[in-house]
Amino acid sequence: MALVFNEEQRFLQDSAREFLNKEAPVEALRKLRDTRDSLGYSQDLWRNMVELGWASIILPEAYGGLEFGFTGLGVVMQETGRNLVASPLFATAAVGASAVLLAGSEAQKEDLLPRIAAGELTLALALEESHHHNPWQIATRVEQQGEQLVINGCKTFVLDGHSADELLVVCRTAGEADSRDGISLVRVPRDAAGVSVQRTVMADSRNAANVSFDGVSVPASNALGALGEAADALEATLDRGRVALAAEMLGSAEEVFRRTVDYLKERVQFGVPIGSFQALQHRAAIIQTELELARSVVMQALSTVDEQPRQLPLLASLAKAQLNELIKLATNEAVQMHGGIGVTDELEIGFFLKRARVTMQVFGDTGFHRDRYASICGY
Amino acid sequence: MDDLERFRAETREWLEANCPQSQRLPTTPADQYWGGRKGEFPSEDSRLWFERMRDRGWTAPEWPEAYGGGGLTPQQGKVLKEEMKRINARTPLFSLGIWMLGPALLEYGTEEQKQRHLRAIVNGEVRWFQGYSEPGSGSDLASLQTRAEDKGDHFLVNGSKIWTTNADKSDWIFCLVRTNPDVKKQEGISFLLIDMNDPGVSVTPIELISGESEFCQTFFDNVKVPKENLVGPLNGGWSVAKALLVHERKLMAEIGSESPRKVLSPVPAAREYLAFRDGKIADGQLRNDLVRYEMRMHAIGLTHFRTFEERNAGQQSAAPLTMKYLGTEAEKEKFELLLAILGSRGLGWEGEGFTEEELDTLRMWAMSKTMTIAGGTSEIQLNVIAKNVLQLPQANQSAKGA
Ligand SMILES: Cc1cc2nc3c(=O)[nH]c(=O)nc-3n(C[C@H](O)[C@H](O)[C@H](O)COP(=O)(O)OP(=O)(O)OC[C@H]3O[C@@H](n4cnc5c(N)ncnc54)[C@H](O)[C@@H]3O)c2cc1C
Repeated sequence: MALVFNEEQRFLQDSAREFLNKEAPVEALRKLRDTRDSLGYSQDLWRNMVELGWASIILPEAYGGLEFGFTGLGVVMQETGRNLVASPLFATAAVGASAVLLAGSEAQKEDLLPRIAAGELTLALALEESHHHNPWQIATRVEQQGEQLVINGCKTFVLDGHSADELLVVCRTAGEADSRDGISLVRVPRDAAGVSVQRTVMADSRNAANVSFDGVSVPASNALGALGEAADALEATLDRGRVALAAEMLGSAEEVFRRTVDYLKERVQFGVPIGSFQALQHRAAIIQTELELARSVVMQALSTVDEQPRQLPLLASLAKAQLNELIKLATNEAVQMHGGIGVTDELEIGFFLKRARVTMQVFGDTGFHRDRYASICGY
Repeated sequence: MDDLERFRAETREWLEANCPQSQRLPTTPADQYWGGRKGEFPSEDSRLWFERMRDRGWTAPEWPEAYGGGGLTPQQGKVLKEEMKRINARTPLFSLGIWMLGPALLEYGTEEQKQRHLRAIVNGEVRWFQGYSEPGSGSDLASLQTRAEDKGDHFLVNGSKIWTTNADKSDWIFCLVRTNPDVKKQEGISFLLIDMNDPGVSVTPIELISGESEFCQTFFDNVKVPKENLVGPLNGGWSVAKALLVHERKLMAEIGSESPRKVLSPVPAAREYLAFRDGKIADGQLRNDLVRYEMRMHAIGLTHFRTFEERNAGQQSAAPLTMKYLGTEAEKEKFELLLAILGSRGLGWEGEGFTEEELDTLRMWAMSKTMTIAGGTSEIQLNVIAKNVLQLPQANQSAKGA
């Protein structure tokens, strides 16, 4: 268990913060939004992030990785959360790389992981089929026809779905629509015949898409691991994604709260700073107490990935649920305590508010994770 | 095996051999030994257990051996706590002297005061209680009025202290008194130790909503207190008090995770008292309330660990200042949850028709309401966070609170 960052991690934190403040402030996201950028992130920025080793931060050295462990990724995610940085980091380096690592054969790892590390391959997990997270509610079918796999189905809320080089499609060979049996993960190039991608413009101005697969045919070797047996690896991948996202949400919550507290000290009404009003002081202090809990939970969840993977389902659900609630509170209070200016597009607070709502839905809302935590504990 | 692991192994073995089986069961208040001149052991085993721990200095494990403590490092102290918890060993001596006064004496006391009082605390010979609050001074503690006039070789004390927990069962009081009425309120306060046997001291109990009357009002009528009983500088009592408050709040923050008490826990209670369907609690609202509480306690537990690790790493964070608020509010939530789970079985006040656990639950529910008031109310905790952590500008002096 490590609930404090070590020196290496603190150094990473400082250098990540410095780099992102210079290269990717919140204004950068505004610009991507206002210019309706076709890629949805800056390729130059991503190239720089790859050079810093962030694309391979969780990967073992044997695959060209930085091998900083999941806590290392968490440090970086927290910093990207502070600046709402749009990049393939989450979909590719956290989720995609984990899927390959956990589900892939040795040959697939040797093929794919070094390309992820080098920034030559970006991935998107094509999972959801309805508007609520439900990883086993999969109707998308995959059938083996000789040496080929044929995929049919529709996916929604695919993060980076229109920009990633390859889609990791969650589909099934067998089983009822909500069972873990027969779940498979199959790589499909985004430009393969029969794949249609519709970019969806979301509240947070970040990348997502609806993707449909109409008789898409790929070589059988594109299945990660054995066909029909990917449920456990998928669940572990999702848990890693949840924890990484919780780290991002922690960074966002800290930043939006920092900006709010600054404003409480600056803004004068009735001849005094509004931060001297106890009604606002207590609400701010309550957010501080929640932040302290969230920090402990995220730190523990990150180190659980590396050190006690059997505990991960419990910790991942704890982290995601806590952070969902925290980010909702922190962004709502941020808007309210800024008054009129808080609801303007000019102020960046709105970007935090909107990003928060998207992260709250990704890989499970609060209800989903409370239910899961209770079920794991046997009630 | 490193030193700490060796210490753990030895401690485990010693506890295994020396902690009587009966001292490994959850406690009710009636099972606790508080020491003092009027103290009685609840059982022969509790005497044995106390004496064995005392002889190792483990009633105050981290105090210097010179004053009867165990001389353990904080890391060793944590190991001892963990090992005691592992076998559910009871706290051998409950004591405000250990939890509150001792740490303040170690920091502010003279050598003579340490020699005189610390060993008596460790050995359970003297039971202490706290005299801060007054009828007119609660949250605004610094406005206290109990007077101590300088009469040359002694102070003459007049006034009264309220909410003095267990004053009737204690021997000595550590209190805050006004020694200078003519300066800013914090600057005219001194920290004084008073023997309850002194002429002019009297005590009357106050009954609580839990039906217990641990509370008292303590009166001082021309009590003569020797000068040597002043702790810290004259008119410097506020700093001593503040240092001591840190210990009190830390103690209260850990309340939920302290030595096992004989009360129901929410999850086992849910299994016993609620209907299940398909392995889940059938009542969706209660299930949601329960899991919310459990997740919160999980997060609070991790935060306790984090503060400990930060302390060891020499890092500082705001977490310790938030724990009293979080811990005591969660404790209240727990008992509301238990009442909801028990339904009408949780409403029994006394007598037949209810199990002992059920009756205790209701009493503890009432007691839980005191947690967010004692040791600085929740509102005062939030004031402290706003001021010291967030450094928000303070409103006019009159509504500030410590
Ligand atoms: C179980 C228990 C044990 C105790 N034991 C002892 C003891 O052994 N020795 C001892 O000296 N004292 C003891 N106390 C007293 C305790 O310290 C006081 O009750 C506490 O400080 C609150 O003071 P009060 O009761 O006068 O409430 P008040 O200060 O009158 O508070 C009333 C309400 O006003 C709010 N309030 C007050 N000031 C502010 C402010 N500035 N901003 C916002 N809200 C405010 C409070 O939060 C509270 O909700 C004990 C109390 C309890 C409940």
